[in-house]
Amino acid sequence: MKEMRILATIVALVLVTYYGIEPYAHHIMHPEPKPADYSFSDLKNVKKVKGNAASGKALVEANCVACHSIESAGFAKMMPDADAAASYGVVPPDLSTAGKIYETNYLANFIYDPVTASHLSHKYSAESGKTHPMPAYNWMSSQEIMDIVAYLQQVAATVKVEVDDEATIEEQLKAQHRATFIDACGRCHSMAYAGWSALTPSDTLKAHMGAAAPDLSQYIKSRGEHYLHSFINDPQQLLHGTSMPRVGLTEEAQEDVITYMEEIGDSKKADRESLGWKVMLYMLVFALLALAWKKEIWKDVH
Amino acid sequence: MAEFKKAESTLEWFDQRLGVTNLYKVMMSEYWIPKKINFLWAMGVILVMLFKILLISGIFLLMYYKPDVNLAFDSVNYTIMQEVGYGWLMRHIHAVGASVVFLVIYIHMFTGIYYGSYKKGREMIWISGMLLFVLFSAEGFSGYMLPWGQMSYWAAYVITEIFGGIPFIGDELVVWIRGNFYVSDATLTRFFMLHVLLIPLAILGAIAFHFYALRFPHVNNEDGEFFDFDEEAEKYLAGNKKESKVVPFWPVFLSKDFMVLGFFMIFFFYLVFYHYSFAMDAINFDKADGLKTPAHIYPEWYFLWSYEVLRGFFFDIAGISGKDLGLIAFAIANGIFLVFPWLDRSPLVKPANQRPYFKYWFWLLIADLIVLTIYGKLPPTGVNAWVGFFSSMTFLILFALLPVITKMEAKKVGGE
Repeated sequence: MKEMRILATIVALVLVTYYGIEPYAHHIMHPEPKPADYSFSDLKNVKKVKGNAASGKALVEANCVACHSIESAGFAKMMPDADAAASYGVVPPDLSTAGKIYETNYLANFIYDPVTASHLSHKYSAESGKTHPMPAYNWMSSQEIMDIVAYLQQVAATVKVEVDDEATIEEQLKAQHRATFIDACGRCHSMAYAGWSALTPSDTLKAHMGAAAPDLSQYIKSRGEHYLHSFINDPQQLLHGTSMPRVGLTEEAQEDVITYMEEIGDSKKADRESLGWKVMLYMLVFALLALAWKKEIWKDVH
Repeated sequence: MAEFKKAESTLEWFDQRLGVTNLYKVMMSEYWIPKKINFLWAMGVILVMLFKILLISGIFLLMYYKPDVNLAFDSVNYTIMQEVGYGWLMRHIHAVGASVVFLVIYIHMFTGIYYGSYKKGREMIWISGMLLFVLFSAEGFSGYMLPWGQMSYWAAYVITEIFGGIPFIGDELVVWIRGNFYVSDATLTRFFMLHVLLIPLAILGAIAFHFYALRFPHVNNEDGEFFDFDEEAEKYLAGNKKESKVVPFWPVFLSKDFMVLGFFMIFFFYLVFYHYSFAMDAINFDKADGLKTPAHIYPEWYFLWSYEVLRGFFFDIAGISGKDLGLIAFAIANGIFLVFPWLDRSPLVKPANQRPYFKYWFWLLIADLIVLTIYGKLPPTGVNAWVGFFSSMTFLILFALLPVITKMEAKKVGGE
């Protein structure tokens, strides 16, 4: 049939053009990133060393709480966030959930040497004259470091996200996603569409890291889930020279963060997907009625 | 006033005052369209529908959009996309509609070229259509700036910069268009005005003109056959509907158009809900930042072919800079379709596949435009730059050859 041949020709031409300007062009402009490596295999593996939480507690009290709060374990903040940011360059994280959101081996390596673990040696070098706000604990033994990690994991296991008693499962999950986002990203990044302002003032961070951290409200749309998974796992790989550290999130924590970015940045996704097929079905009914009407009308003229 | 008698019915009452029966005949039931047509003849009605959809969704968006560099991005991406009920739907429909309308315009335009519907009395239909193409391009370009994302800003920067290449007045012209030395708030507010008022008004006028231009030379048909419309209309009205070569616009022609429109709208809404990223570039979800140039700047897909003609000349030839050559080629590419009826020197009004030389020309042009479109998006480096150069040259050469080969065709056909 002639009309079908015309249609097939047009569809073929449109598809070739579409392939060229969308999938192919994106493939050329944005090469496929390496998949996320949640085992952080470039770091020394110390996981075989079994940590002791009780001795870890003593080490944390002696070495960490001078700068870090651990609110769930009763160690309060030393000063307001703005003052902390001014003193250190960036607000030090509260360690309540550190044992949960950071991967075990990464966390141990980070304590041992933060600059190397976070892939920030280009920012904190002898030439730049800047030093990481957290000193390297490379004088500690593997055992001591793993003790600290074991204690932080023990603390983190007790932390519960506070929600209303009447919260639905969906709301509870969202609160969990938000909590992980704030702990993992919220010291530097704002999320204006969720009413979140970064704990570290933007100017302070810029002075310290050399660049302001972007607001993440629309990053799920501008970067896409696929890119974010690789980027958060290892920023340097995709944006060489960026000030963003590799933060060492576990797969679950990173999943929470990206889900939260989608919940905020693309809040109408569920509406869109549930309405779409209904509208298409409506148009199908219209098209079939129109087809029947056309046949009725044209039988007199053919 | 003429003699006046009391109306017997409501219809008669209106008839006396507005001549509605005659109007209905002229516009609908006795507006004659050839019978031998295929679904490509429905593109006009699809375009009318898409324009309506853009107009209506645009009106809704206008209620919440704020044309201010500090507010525009969030008014679109937060207020409209997240807070206002179904605001996201209006925005998706508007963005996807604006992209798809160009797909249908191109199909409509190349249908006209394929069937020779631009000559032997149909020149004004063609010209008014090209005028609409220019206006839709301006509408698309000005609208793309409004969300004030990175691509809004940088595409606006690059495209307004092009005018700087015009001799003598270029630099002043760029400032005049932008309302500032760089793309700024003044640029946004004036493009907002153009997008929601001046250009839509001009489009409405041009649509009326385009429809009016159809009335005297009549719509072409699948065979390019010329016949007496009055005679065929008489046959139809006398009841010889099967024998007549024409059908009335309403209900016969439109019944077919509505069917095509129905199936098209399923595809359209599929794009709106599930496949919209081609019309809503990811980079545009980053707020405009004049200090941060994106790694890749490209216009919307429907401008890519002419953008590639502009970029294609990347080196100097005979002492003329590549930039100037690109500008000249770009100006030719944008103007050449307007004079298409006079470049085709063959008297033959036939579908391209029945024209001995033109058929090759037509498909070469389509292939070249697809290559230009694809390479218009890719980074212009290495071999891509040369593909751009050769496909731009091919475009220009094809149009230089058009009068020659159609003249040869005229001779060949005349000699038969």
